[in-house]
Amino acid sequence: MIIPRLALRNLLGAGLRTWLNVIVLSFSFVLIIWLQGLYKGMGDQARVAQTDAEFGGGQYWQENYDPFDPLALQDAHSSVPESLQTLIENKQAAAILISQATIYPEGRLHTILMKGIDPAQSVVTLPTQFLDQEGEELPALIGTRMARNTGLKVGDTVTVRWRDSQGTFDARDAKIVQIMKTSVPSVDLAQMWVPLDKMQSLTRMKNEASLVILAQGTEEFPQVSGWIHKDMKFLLKDIDYLVKTKSVGGSIIYTILLCLAMLAIFNTQVLSIFRRRKEMGTLMAMGMTRSKIIQLFTLEGAMHSVLAALVAAIYGIPLLAWSAKTGWAMPEAADDYGIAGIGEALIPVYGTGLVVGTVVLVLLVTTIVSFLPTRKIAKLKPTDALRGKMT
Amino acid sequence: MKKTISVFSLLVLMTATAMTQAPPSGEDILKRVDANIGSDNKIATAEMIIHGRRGSRSIKSKSWIYGIEKSYTEYLAPAREAGTKMLKLEEQLWTYIPSTDRTIKISGHMLRQSVMGSDLSYEDMMEDPELLNLYNANIIEESTFLERPCWILELTAKVEDISYHSRKIWVDKERYVSLKEERFARSGKLLKVFEVKEVRSIQNRWVPVHMVFKDALKSGKGTEYFIESIEFNADIPEALFTKASLR
Repeated sequence: MIIPRLALRNLLGAGLRTWLNVIVLSFSFVLIIWLQGLYKGMGDQARVAQTDAEFGGGQYWQENYDPFDPLALQDAHSSVPESLQTLIENKQAAAILISQATIYPEGRLHTILMKGIDPAQSVVTLPTQFLDQEGEELPALIGTRMARNTGLKVGDTVTVRWRDSQGTFDARDAKIVQIMKTSVPSVDLAQMWVPLDKMQSLTRMKNEASLVILAQGTEEFPQVSGWIHKDMKFLLKDIDYLVKTKSVGGSIIYTILLCLAMLAIFNTQVLSIFRRRKEMGTLMAMGMTRSKIIQLFTLEGAMHSVLAALVAAIYGIPLLAWSAKTGWAMPEAADDYGIAGIGEALIPVYGTGLVVGTVVLVLLVTTIVSFLPTRKIAKLKPTDALRGKMT
Repeated sequence: MKKTISVFSLLVLMTATAMTQAPPSGEDILKRVDANIGSDNKIATAEMIIHGRRGSRSIKSKSWIYGIEKSYTEYLAPAREAGTKMLKLEEQLWTYIPSTDRTIKISGHMLRQSVMGSDLSYEDMMEDPELLNLYNANIIEESTFLERPCWILELTAKVEDISYHSRKIWVDKERYVSLKEERFARSGKLLKVFEVKEVRSIQNRWVPVHMVFKDALKSGKGTEYFIESIEFNADIPEALFTKASLR
């Protein structure tokens, strides 16, 4: 027990030098936790937003459907199989029909995806109830990004042109019945939502769909011929990759900061061992073994991280709590980043694992860095040390 | 009795005259239109001027056309497009781009894309030029266009897999040349307009040499097409219509 007590006394005795190292290291603590929390929060927000607005509890894709190949959409539709039709009728699933189309707001050409959805569906959080309108014009729901890009407003009429199942052109005037604000660009950008039954009739694709979204909580996924089940792990894969990539990018920043802190600690240790030769000689003369002296110096260095954790807790906890409450306000341009869930603010999420992991990481790195300069002590002769010599 | 025979003879004569002056049917007119422009083979040099929002650009090309099944086109200008070649063999289309030294098959939905940013799609270019194979025709009106007396024909698709469900064409009564064409969606909405600006007599045929294609839903001046020279029933080597000739 003498070594930890001695180490703490020596450390505190070093005064300003210790506190400078501790403060720099505490910055690393706070920054690592904040950045990782930010990325975790971004991932969680994106997952929740995309699940609610687009993915539901998983999807069935028509076998030719590929969201990254708009040219294949012409063949990506077929009759909804009976097993899925039953789920749709029980409001446990929603069918979506997708077709390439062109709109001409103010005579300008915009290529879009026209998506048919049941106005009465409750599987995804899109405000599809606005599509439940009668009239000559085709009711259409668009997002704020699409509205901004095309200059369309609620009540505007725009000509939309598409090809039906036989490849014949058809065109109608569509009336914008609602502009939805969503944090999910993939249900907004270059897309127009219309009533499913009208789209099926206009495109001559009666009872057909391109994909079926299952309600959240669906647990049974039967095999359906001609349709492929896509689970949440597959659907959220892109978000996971994105968060992973962002985390790696962020880790570069805090690795630099951590390296600076470690450099300061390493420097302190080297200087300390050089200046305290006589002290080491005295301890050896009094019977302390070399390994005990190495332990003492290593512990002194490692204790920087313990003190840094305490200092970081003093100012970091209120700071991180405030950040978790208010979030990080996003600029308007963030809307165009194409990341779901980033609305007006990014809310960081700090888990126990993240905090404990960060403390252990910093403690481990500090201990290693503190130990490295002490290896010289192993070769130290007590007589030389007492004379103030290093061998 | 003599009087009765005279009246009868007059009636027969009047009927016969009326019959000879009766307008031909829509299908007869289409046959004549197809016959005027159709040829076993032809070689044409043309210029396409694409009017966009930020300005206009011009593309020159030379085409070797064999019947309705085969065609070979080489772009001559501007320098950026020069050397690009297109080969159509029945329903298939290949394009060769010299900058990448690759031959790409344009198939399926890619055929619906615009040709060099013009108001024409590959599909428009590849469609069977003999409208009678695709549409039923009826005369709906008589009118004047470009100071030429015309029949206005309404064409309704007789096949299912066709881009335009109906068309309206203005056919010159004397020259049997289509001077104007409107292409409609299934709903009846006007989608594309094609207008002839100048017709010339070449090798005893009336040939439109200046045309304008326009996407009716889009603002702008559309795409102008000038035929600089055309030779009917020309001698074209069969070897030209092979993929090997693209490189």
